[in-house]
Amino acid sequence: MDTYILLQQYWWFIISLLGGILAFLLFVQGTNSMLFSIGRTETERGLIIASTGRKWEFTFTTLVLFGGAFFASFPLFYSTSFGGAYWLWMIILFSFVLQAVSYEFQHNEGNLLGKSVYRSFLVANGIIAPFLLGVAIATFFTGADFIIDKSSLQDSSMPVISRWTSAWNGLEALLVPWNLIMGFAVLFLSRCLGNLYIINSIADENLACRSSVRLVGNAVVFLLFFVTFVIHVLLSPGCEVGQTGEITIVPYKYWDNFITLWPVLLTFLVGVLLVLYGIVRTVLSSSWCKGIWPTGIGTIITVTSLLLCAGWNHTCYYPSVSDVQSSLHLSNSCSSLFTLQTMTWVSILIPFVIIYIWYAWRSISKKKITPDELEEY
Amino acid sequence: MEIIDVSLIDWSRAQFALTAIYHWLFVPLTLGLAVVVGIMETLYYVTQKKYWKETVVFWMRLFGVNFAIGVATGLILEFQFGTNWSNYSWFVGDIFGAPLAIEGIVAFFMESTFVAVMFFGWNKVSRGFHLASTWLAGLGATISAWWILVANAWMQHPVGMTFNPDTARNEMVNFADVALQSIAVNKFFHTVLSSWVVGALFVVGVSCWYLLRNRHSEFALRSIRIGAIVGIVAVLLTAMTGDGSGYEVAQKQPMKLAAMEGLYQGSQDAGLVAVAALNPAKKNYNDSVEPFLFRVEIPYMLSMLANRDMHAFVPGIKDIIEGGYELPDGGKALSAREKMDKGQQAITAFAQYRKAKHQGDDSLADASRKIMENNMSYFGYGYLKDVGDLVPNVPLVFYTFRIMVMLGGYFCAFFALVLFLSWRKRLASCRWLHWVAFLSIPLGYLAGQAGWVVAECGRQPWAIQDILPVNAAVSHLAVSNVQTTFFLFLLLFTILLVAEISIMVKVVRKGPDKSVTES
Repeated sequence: MDTYILLQQYWWFIISLLGGILAFLLFVQGTNSMLFSIGRTETERGLIIASTGRKWEFTFTTLVLFGGAFFASFPLFYSTSFGGAYWLWMIILFSFVLQAVSYEFQHNEGNLLGKSVYRSFLVANGIIAPFLLGVAIATFFTGADFIIDKSSLQDSSMPVISRWTSAWNGLEALLVPWNLIMGFAVLFLSRCLGNLYIINSIADENLACRSSVRLVGNAVVFLLFFVTFVIHVLLSPGCEVGQTGEITIVPYKYWDNFITLWPVLLTFLVGVLLVLYGIVRTVLSSSWCKGIWPTGIGTIITVTSLLLCAGWNHTCYYPSVSDVQSSLHLSNSCSSLFTLQTMTWVSILIPFVIIYIWYAWRSISKKKITPDELEEY
Repeated sequence: MEIIDVSLIDWSRAQFALTAIYHWLFVPLTLGLAVVVGIMETLYYVTQKKYWKETVVFWMRLFGVNFAIGVATGLILEFQFGTNWSNYSWFVGDIFGAPLAIEGIVAFFMESTFVAVMFFGWNKVSRGFHLASTWLAGLGATISAWWILVANAWMQHPVGMTFNPDTARNEMVNFADVALQSIAVNKFFHTVLSSWVVGALFVVGVSCWYLLRNRHSEFALRSIRIGAIVGIVAVLLTAMTGDGSGYEVAQKQPMKLAAMEGLYQGSQDAGLVAVAALNPAKKNYNDSVEPFLFRVEIPYMLSMLANRDMHAFVPGIKDIIEGGYELPDGGKALSAREKMDKGQQAITAFAQYRKAKHQGDDSLADASRKIMENNMSYFGYGYLKDVGDLVPNVPLVFYTFRIMVMLGGYFCAFFALVLFLSWRKRLASCRWLHWVAFLSIPLGYLAGQAGWVVAECGRQPWAIQDILPVNAAVSHLAVSNVQTTFFLFLLLFTILLVAEISIMVKVVRKGPDKSVTES
C-alpha cells in the first residue's frame, strides 16, 4: 500500500475514533436531557449540573476537533456537508452555543433570562445535539443531496464546486426514516450513558435509584433503534469506488465490508458487548457504579468500527443521492500527501493529550460529587 | 447562466463579521485576565498570603463568566468556514485546515482540561498543580490564538503552497513557511499583547471603581499594581509589534496601507497622516476631488515606517490600480487591468488543462499548465469584474486605523500615570483618575475591534490575498438562509452579551469573597 493511501486510511481512522469519543462524551447531553425528569429537587438538579459542568468542555472540544480534523484531512467533505446541509449543522451549533453559556450563566445573579431558561437550554441541547448528530452520522450511510463539479472553478460567474440539490439545505435528512432511527439511537445511547454517569459521579441515593430505573427504559429503546439501523445498513447497497475512480452501487456493501474487514467486525462486536455489559451489570447490581466505563469504552469502539465500515474498503463514506459519481470517498476528498504527513506528525501528540486529560479528570473526579460541593460550584 | 447573488456575498460577510466581532469582545479579556490571574496566583503560591487567594478567586470568577461565551462564539466561527465559505474551504482547506486541527489537538484540550481544574480543583489538587493548571489554561488559550492567527496571516499573505489543477485546489508544500512567516509572528504578538492590554484595563478599571466607592481598597490597590504592570509592558510591546505589522502590510498589502493612510496618489518622502478629515465628496480613486478636507502630517514618516527609508516611494491607490511605478525589487508594477487579464489567462488555462487531460492530450495539457503557472500569482484577479472592486472602504479603514493608534498612545500614558501614582502612593486619593480608569474599560475593546476592522476590511475584496476574492469563496446558498441565521446570531449574541455584562456587574458589585481566605 503506498504512503498516500495509508495516510488516508489512517486519517479516516482518526476521524472515526474522534466520532467514537464524541459519541461517548455525549453523556453530558444525555445527562442534561433528564435534568428535570431525574432531578426533582433544587439540590438534585444542582448536583446534575455541577457534575456535567466539569465535563461539558471535553464534549465541546471534541466536536470542534472533529470538525477541524475533517477540515484538515477531508476538506471536500467539510466544504460540501457544512456548506450544503446548512440548517442541520446550524441547529446543532446553535444548541451547543446555548449549552456553553448556560452552565456559567444559570447560577449567576443578573443572568437576564432566569435560571430555569438556561436550564431549559441545557435540556434542549441534551436532546437536539445527540439526535441531530445521529442524523448527520446516518447520512454517511444513507447519503445526501449534493453534486460536485470541480470544473466550476473555471466559471467566474458561479465558481462554487459543491452544490446542494435540496432547497431544504440539510433538513431533508429528517425526512429519511433511517436517519431518524439513527438519531433516536444516539439520543437514547447518550441517555444511557447519562444514567451511568450519574450513578458513578453523584453521591445521592435518590438520583442513583432513579437513574437505574431509567437506564432500563433508555437501554431498551436504544437497542431497538440501534439494531434496526445496523440491520438496515447491513442489508443496504453502498457505493464503491473502482480502480479507475468510477463509482458503482454494490449490494450488501457494508455487510461485505464487515466480512472483508473482519477485525473491524470483531471490534464492533466487542464494543456492543461492552456497552451491554456496563448496562446489564449496573441494572443487576445496585452496589456497582462503574458501568460508565465499559459502556463508554464500548461506545467508542462500536462507533469507531461503524465509521471505519463506512469509509474503508473503497467505500464512499458520503454517498450522493443526486449524482452517484459525486459521492465522496477517501481518495477524492482527502488533503494532499504533504498535509496528511504533517498532520500525522502532529497526531503523535494525541497520546500525551489523552494522558494529561486522564490525569486532570482523575484529579478532580476521584470522589463523587456531594451537595456540600454545590456551594463551591 | 447562474450568477452568484451579490447580496449573498454581503450577507455571508456580514454574518462572519458579526460572529468575529462578538468573539473578539470575549477572547481578549480571556487572554488578558489569564495572565493577570496567573501572576496573582503565583504570588499566592510564593507568599502563601491568603489575600492573594481572595484576589485570584475574584478575578477568576469574572474570567469564568467571560470564558464560556468566548468558546461558544469561537465554535460558530470555525464552522462558518464550511457553512458559509464552502468554496474557500475546498480551495485552501489543504493549507488552512491544518492550523485549525492542530489548534484543536494542541490548544483546545489543554485549555478545556485545565480550566476545569482551575475552577473545580481548589480543594481537590495541590497548590502547585492548581497554579500549573491556571497557567496551562492561559497557555492553551494563547496557543489557540497562535494557530488561528497563523491561519489568518496566511490569508493576508499566502505562502508555502502551490495550485494543483488536477485536484482544483491549493496544496501545502512547506509547513514552516505557513506556520512561521513573519506576518504571522507579528500578528500573533500584536494581537495577544493587545489582549493583555484589554485585561489590564479591565482589572485597573474595576479596581478603581472600588476605590471610588471606598470599598475593598487594599484588594483594589493590589490588583491595580499587577494590572498596570501587565498593561504598560503589553502596550509598549504592542506598539513595537504594531510597527512590525505596519511594515509587513506595506510590503505585502500595499492597497491596505494606502487605504489606512487615505493615500490616493503615491509619493517619495511620504508623510504619515496624524490628524485629518476625509473629504466625503471623494467617491472614486480617479476623480479629481481632493481626498482630505484638512490634514496634519508627520513629514517622511510614512516612507520611513513602510520601507525603513525616509525617501522611499509609497504607492497610493491610483498608483496601484494604474501600475507603472518602480517596485522595491527594481521591476515595474503591473496595473490592475493587467493583473485581471493575467488572472483570466490563468483560469482559462486551468480549464484548458482539465479538458486536455480529460481528452488525453498531454502536450496541450503541459502547455496549458505552463500558461496557468506563469499567471497563477494573479489567479484571483480573474474573478473580478471591475478594477474598482480592488479598492477597500477607505473611510472605514482610515478612521479605524487612527482610532486604534490613538488609543494605543493613550493607553501608554494611562498605565504610566497609574504606575507613577501607585509608586508615589497617591493612587488611592486620586478620584479623577479612578473615573478615567473606569471609563477606559471599553476603550480597550474599541481599539481591538478597530484593529480587526483595519486588518480585515483593509484587504477586501480578498478572502485570500490575490488568490481568491470573496465572490469566489462563498457557499452556494439561498440568501434568505444566511439572512435568517444572521438575525438569529445577532439576537442570540446580543442577549448573551447583555446577560454577561449584567452578571459581571453583579459580581463586581458584590466584590471579593472574604470567606475564600478561610478555606
